[in-house]
Amino acid sequence: MARSRPEPIQVVKQRRDAGLKALVDGVPYIRFLGIEFERRGDELTALLNYDDKLIGNPFLPAIHGGVTAAFLETTMIISLSWAYLWPDIESGAFNPDNMTAEDLPRMPKTINFTVDYLRSGLPRDAYARAVVSRSGRRYASMRVEAWQDNRDKPFAQAAGHFLMPQRDTG
Amino acid sequence: MVDKAILARQFIEAIPHAKALGMRLTEIGQGNAKIEMDYDEKLIGDPKTGVVHGGAVSAMMDTCCGAAVMSHPSAPAGTATIDLRIDYMRAAMPGQKIRTSAICYHITRSVAFVRATATDDDEDRPVATASGSFTVERR
Repeated sequence: MARSRPEPIQVVKQRRDAGLKALVDGVPYIRFLGIEFERRGDELTALLNYDDKLIGNPFLPAIHGGVTAAFLETTMIISLSWAYLWPDIESGAFNPDNMTAEDLPRMPKTINFTVDYLRSGLPRDAYARAVVSRSGRRYASMRVEAWQDNRDKPFAQAAGHFLMPQRDTG
Repeated sequence: MVDKAILARQFIEAIPHAKALGMRLTEIGQGNAKIEMDYDEKLIGDPKTGVVHGGAVSAMMDTCCGAAVMSHPSAPAGTATIDLRIDYMRAAMPGQKIRTSAICYHITRSVAFVRATATDDDEDRPVATASGSFTVERR
């Protein structure tokens, strides 16, 4: 059987970028912290743009542990939502263009997470990538790592559990 | 003896992120601390419901636990979080203030053990609980 002709690259990219934008934009707290997401295919990297208001200890100075926790949690939630929505984005079933804020999908809810602080966060940009260890119908387990200058020297890692949004079963 | 209220205000003033979130240290004792934070639209995590993002609660928990360690009678010179676990019981009610209470229930020469609870106006039903360990910096 002949495979169907692949879609033009612009169409695919536009749809994926719009899907990601729909998840991230409009969350005031993500904007407040200055977190952005970069996409390569289905892989997301979170970027925490440095700002003086993120400092916890001004004498070192170091990024606030709460900021690190929030950055890791946000990275896990967006990455999990993204993985959950990916099939619908690819099929075109999820199309943010004809959606209002009300139609946007529900996010997974954090049940708990544990952060390990490995080094102090320096006053500069930070990056994070999350991995879905397991995602079932109701629960998901995730891991995440954040680094700054050197990918092999993470400054924090976390593991978390999430309650998945329930699909409408009609 | 230094007025604890002044000390408490200085503690928050010295932490840029605590100030940015509008945290207030309302109580500081002998290894325990209370912090409150007003509801603010910039802290919303779910625009549909207006519920505050869990990350803002985490930042509060971390600050409050650190304050509890610093206030311990053994007087550590400084502290840093080793690890912190947060459990979320329910969403905080939009529009309500969040209060966190932390206690440093054990401290050794190198490690302080802390737990904390966060609530909104309904103080009988916790929004989140946390437990963590912190470093103890010697003078």
